[in-house]
Amino acid sequence: MKRTIPCILGAAAGLAALLPAQDIIEKVVGGTRPVLAVPDFRGAGEAAPHMSVFNATLYADLDNSGLFKMAAKSMFPLEVPQRPEDFRPPLAPLTAKKGAAAQPVRQGPWLTDWSQPPVGASHLAFGYAATQGDQLVLSGWLYDVSQPNVSSAQLIGKRYLGPVSAAGAKTVAHEFAADIIKQFGGETLLNSKIYFISDRTGSKEVWSMDPDGSSQNQFTSYKSTCTTPAVSLDGTKIAFTTYARGIPGIFIHSLETGRRLPFVNPQATITYSPGFTPDGQKLLYSSSLSGYAQLYIGNPDGSQSQRITQTRAVETEPKVSPKGGSIVFVSGRSGTPQVYMMGMDGSSAERLTSGEGDATNPSWHPNGQLIAFAWSRGFEPGKFNVFLMDVASRRYDQLTHGEGKNENPVWAPDGRHIVFQSNRSGRSQIWTMLADGTKVQQLTTQGSNTMPVWAK
Amino acid sequence: MSSKRKSAAVLMSIFLVLFAAGCKKKPAPPPPPPPAPKPVEAPPPPKRPTINQFSAEPSSIERGQSATLRWSVSDATEVRIDPALGVVQSNGNRTVFPSNTTQYTLTARGPGGDATATASVNVTAPPPPPPPPPPPVTRDFTRELETRVQDAYFDYDKSDIRDDARSTLSRNADSLKAILRDFPQKTITVEGHCDERGSAEYNLGLGDRRSTAAKEFLGQLGVPADRLKPVSYGKERPQCTETNETCWQKNRRAHFAPGQ
Repeated sequence: MKRTIPCILGAAAGLAALLPAQDIIEKVVGGTRPVLAVPDFRGAGEAAPHMSVFNATLYADLDNSGLFKMAAKSMFPLEVPQRPEDFRPPLAPLTAKKGAAAQPVRQGPWLTDWSQPPVGASHLAFGYAATQGDQLVLSGWLYDVSQPNVSSAQLIGKRYLGPVSAAGAKTVAHEFAADIIKQFGGETLLNSKIYFISDRTGSKEVWSMDPDGSSQNQFTSYKSTCTTPAVSLDGTKIAFTTYARGIPGIFIHSLETGRRLPFVNPQATITYSPGFTPDGQKLLYSSSLSGYAQLYIGNPDGSQSQRITQTRAVETEPKVSPKGGSIVFVSGRSGTPQVYMMGMDGSSAERLTSGEGDATNPSWHPNGQLIAFAWSRGFEPGKFNVFLMDVASRRYDQLTHGEGKNENPVWAPDGRHIVFQSNRSGRSQIWTMLADGTKVQQLTTQGSNTMPVWAK
Repeated sequence: MSSKRKSAAVLMSIFLVLFAAGCKKKPAPPPPPPPAPKPVEAPPPPKRPTINQFSAEPSSIERGQSATLRWSVSDATEVRIDPALGVVQSNGNRTVFPSNTTQYTLTARGPGGDATATASVNVTAPPPPPPPPPPPVTRDFTRELETRVQDAYFDYDKSDIRDDARSTLSRNADSLKAILRDFPQKTITVEGHCDERGSAEYNLGLGDRRSTAAKEFLGQLGVPADRLKPVSYGKERPQCTETNETCWQKNRRAHFAPGQ
């Protein structure tokens, strides 16, 4: 996707503020992307039936990473190498006819089959699968096909083992894709988890799933309403709001043992919307202890909590920046809910959004410079879309454009993907996309699914 | 008549006949009548059964009481009483408990034929019991709240008590005071609700404001505020799920429900 970068050089900072800025997206997912060719791998013997699962998984992982331009399969040469030995360097031209350039003599598959038009790839992933004993063995290579010879072309040459099954084929595909993504400086989401709220059992519980929507598992069983989940940066704790006590309060669970951890809710009509500091040493939340729901910061067991906002308005969704020091949050202090930023003690609060519509659900990019949030700007009240904003310049860009209500955007640990909820397909479901709005994928289908958080 | 006098009368009659005959001249005796045809030695005809008695006493009962059937039959080979008793002895009595008026039929069968007789037991319904005592004056708490206390409505993104909500809550205050007086152990939940448009997170805070604002207003009108428990449901429990202002307005409310 080609995007024009608005020329803001020389413009006054004041003019730049609050103007749509597509370069924000470029910052996150931009740059020249390697062109990756991934021909279908073949399998020997008992590995053969599982190759379609393998090929689909490998391609999806690489494509969804957003790191690559995937070369069109229809342009691939007929001779596809399965291992390094299949490459045959062409012979040097023996004689050159007068008036014609000397052509090398083709001996078999070669790097230029992939690097030159019509494929035009910069990189090629190839290999094959076979069985050895009761194991599926996937041999995978990644070549830089711009190199002059096979030995300098090889970036990855590795074997991956798994059970001889569709699940095993998926596992080895995920692992090979993760190595390729790592090779290009990307971060694999393979071991990350998405937590979310689902009502598919009849009550709203916390659930988890893999980033591709597989392995959906119920985490809580309070048979009440759970909402506003938040996971600590290290992925060991989850805090959420629940009506299990009758009035809404915060519960914290260990994600390692599943057990509930101590947290003493203040004597308030509502205590909710928890958020951890990056070091996990403090918990922020919103509580009506003094009247309007205000922001507090305290120990993760609820002790020594201090109020950090002093307004006669609803203050909620406190999110501490990844390196600490700043909190983005939502406040109704100037009218409709808007996104604000302030210091850890509540000082120097500034509004980040323009005051138009409702702005809500801020989420920090891992780099601490960008946020994603939901904004109804330009639409009817409640018709939220996902926006990105550079908090220093307050320039923003819009990723969804009225395809249903799009809310609760949360950055993936790789800083390139966003998980969000959308009702574009009917009921509210969990979706992921690349942070330029492409590669949109629906992860859930059962019941209504909301409030995703992406944890390491 | 005693048997002595009977015999004397017979003797006298004989004497008088003999005397009269002696006075008359003896005529020639008439020829003897032809001999009577010799009677066929047929067996005596079999007797029909005789039902000497079949009665029900008393003949009228109240439902639940009993009557006694009595019967006496001769010259029968089989005696049945229907309904209920079936084949019985020739003589006997049985107690019956008919629930409705019943005509019993006794059928006696014998070699000489059948005979039937009936007896009725008239069953009258017992008088109805007295009506149940009036229920004690315990009204239903939930129903009281549902019928006497109305929802108070709010503007979009607001928790101020509007004029119409002010009237509603003022009326509610009198009802709530009375209900809380009648149910001294109960508390009332003041639910704060929002329409679907705001974010779920912000709406939880807004719903909390609505429930608390309604509670505080009622407290100023003398409703015991410590027995009003605010709880925000945000947009978690809409009572109307359409996407239009009529429906949204229904959801922007403070609602009164039985306490936990």
